[in-house]
Amino acid sequence: MTISRRRFLGWVGGAAGAGMAVGHRARAATTHEFEGYPDAMGVLFDNHRCIGCRRCEAACNRVNDLPAPDQPFDDLKVLEKQRRTDYRSFTVVNQYANGGQPEAPVFRKIQCNHCKEPACASACFVGAFTKTPSGAVTYDASVCVGCRYCMIACPFEIPAYEYDEPLTPRVRKCTMCHPRISKGQLPGCVEVCPTESLLFGKREDLIAIARQRIRNHPDRYVDHIYGEHEMGGTNWLYLSKAPFHEVGMREDLGTTPAPALTAPALGAVPIIVGLWPVLLTGIYAINRRKEKIARSEQEAAVAEAVEQTKANAADKFALAMAKAEQDKTETVEREVKKALEEAAKEQEAGDDATPQSEEDLS
Amino acid sequence: MTDSGNHAENSGNSENSVLTPFNMVAGMILIVGIVVTILRFTKGLGSVTNLSDYNPWGIWIGFDLLVGVALAAGGYVTSAAVYIFGMKRYHSAVRPAVLTGFLGYALVVVALHYDVGRPWRLPYPFIIQQGTTSVLFEVGACVALYLSVLFLEYSPAALEWLGLKRARNLAVKLTLVLTIFGVVLSTLHQSSLGALFLIAPSKLHPLWYSSYIPIYFFVTSIIAGLSMVIFESTLSHRYFHDKMDATHLEENPHVTLGFGKAASLILAGYFIIKVIGLAADNNWHYLGTGYGAWYLVEMLGFVALPALMYAVGVREKNLGIIRGTAAWTVLGIVVNRFNIGLIAFNYHLPKSERYFPHWMEIAISLFVVTVGVLVFRFIVTRMPIFYEHPDYEDSH
Repeated sequence: MTISRRRFLGWVGGAAGAGMAVGHRARAATTHEFEGYPDAMGVLFDNHRCIGCRRCEAACNRVNDLPAPDQPFDDLKVLEKQRRTDYRSFTVVNQYANGGQPEAPVFRKIQCNHCKEPACASACFVGAFTKTPSGAVTYDASVCVGCRYCMIACPFEIPAYEYDEPLTPRVRKCTMCHPRISKGQLPGCVEVCPTESLLFGKREDLIAIARQRIRNHPDRYVDHIYGEHEMGGTNWLYLSKAPFHEVGMREDLGTTPAPALTAPALGAVPIIVGLWPVLLTGIYAINRRKEKIARSEQEAAVAEAVEQTKANAADKFALAMAKAEQDKTETVEREVKKALEEAAKEQEAGDDATPQSEEDLS
Repeated sequence: MTDSGNHAENSGNSENSVLTPFNMVAGMILIVGIVVTILRFTKGLGSVTNLSDYNPWGIWIGFDLLVGVALAAGGYVTSAAVYIFGMKRYHSAVRPAVLTGFLGYALVVVALHYDVGRPWRLPYPFIIQQGTTSVLFEVGACVALYLSVLFLEYSPAALEWLGLKRARNLAVKLTLVLTIFGVVLSTLHQSSLGALFLIAPSKLHPLWYSSYIPIYFFVTSIIAGLSMVIFESTLSHRYFHDKMDATHLEENPHVTLGFGKAASLILAGYFIIKVIGLAADNNWHYLGTGYGAWYLVEMLGFVALPALMYAVGVREKNLGIIRGTAAWTVLGIVVNRFNIGLIAFNYHLPKSERYFPHWMEIAISLFVVTVGVLVFRFIVTRMPIFYEHPDYEDSH
């Protein structure tokens, strides 16, 4: 393996920290606003024009070299049940009953919406997704680990996975035909659409066109361009003749771009890395100091106690010594006195009678 | 029990010590696990899991990763309590907790090799191209670093066993630095596991989705760590009592009481911040729904109840109540992580598109837990985990 430009940039990005990746790939821990690439392309899907012929599905399958489907693309029975994108189909067309006009069902084409700030790209921990200046969100299987966090993150439930590949599974999704539009061609689905339900162009122009259509036919369309602001805006835009939630499109996604949802949590990382060691070392130091003070206080108390005991012992000793001395003197004196008395008695014994000595003894 | 008794008479004691009922069940799980492992790496995820394009994460993430990492939090909680907060009388709890944490994280990484598509590319986010805008990048980086930290924290026990005195003394010198590093990394990735779901407010039920979810995950990891230390020591006392020295046996009731008290307080605090989250998003009206009932089961049954029972156990100095509550709280952590990862996730999808694990997914999760228990047993019956090595007594 040689060092590719991408890998080199990866190292540089790693060395320079998060800042390098911000703005190009997705928004991270920053308040920086990304308005979207100015000349980014997009596609406008107008379900008023769609007839559910599935030719876009067939074209998508062909230009992307995808595996053949179970049922051929001209089999319209497929439309009877709801489908989603999977590893064999980057786009599917679903049919919905039209409440107002049951005889004219509504069709919805599903594919990657190519968010201005894509959830998948922000969520990918190996940077396998890229928001290109052309507007397309592309995927690089050569770095993908296969964690499937992009599939968790995508609010439109687009990325699919090759679950039956044991060792080389890829995430699969529409690339807005990035290789084709880079060569000046139209995306496969747009090129083949017989009713011009799909319109490829600059995102800004498409929004103007969509608004004009709503103005011209206020009775025909719901007054909303889906994708103008959803999840921070997408490059694939939708006009609908039925309320969007009736054609399976969520209206509760909000307008916050996905990267902004995780930015505050990621922003806390450097603060914790910086602050925690200081706090924890401080707690450790406080505890150590407390222990040290407690120990020295204990030592002082013990020393004092020993000193006290020693002093007491010395006093006692001195007292005992003095007492012993006194005792000794007294004993000597007593013995001397006794001896003297005995001597005196012996002297008297010769002269006096026995009763006197009996009296002395009692 | 009588079966194994008869067995002993027939084939002698030495064989009986290998063919215990536990070993036979464990052996069967290992065999099934190995078969499913071969299937996973030859036929792909599709043949052994019920994962789908709508449900890219199943129990290998919901249980093995989310629950596994939370329950392995005992390592950082205990070493922080002893080495940073100075609660030295819990010292004998450090080694079992660090070992449990180390094995827990090691097995999380093993389990991830089954789940991701190309496991040998797991280092790619660090060496090839850095997706620094991803919460998962932070999780990956912190888990990888923390696994290394736990290995170093555990290493003195192995080095004492191997008799490598100088290396052991060097490893012990790193204790404080490793502990601080471990708390920093744990704060980051425990919270980030919750932050993973911040990006999908449209898929996670509002009762569980909150901008506070990283804080909830961090706080519950402390509860999980404390409860797991009590739970693990309860089991260890039953099966490895003979391996424990006098200090360990004498300190254990203090550990149970002290950790039970801490868990009670933190559970009560967690209950309050959960209510604050509910109020901040004004989600009260969801409490009347089916999901609301299940949310109340979690909040009252697995948060408020154990908070109260821990408090009662500590007040009465009743170790039995505390140990039972610890097991219940561990179950509560499983319930919480399952709710966020699986049950309340994709709540908007029709029933037909919802996920329920394939039996082979459960088999691999059981396999991973069994390997953990067996390695734990191997280590504690050989290395100084529950006792102090005679050469190093009072050296800490």
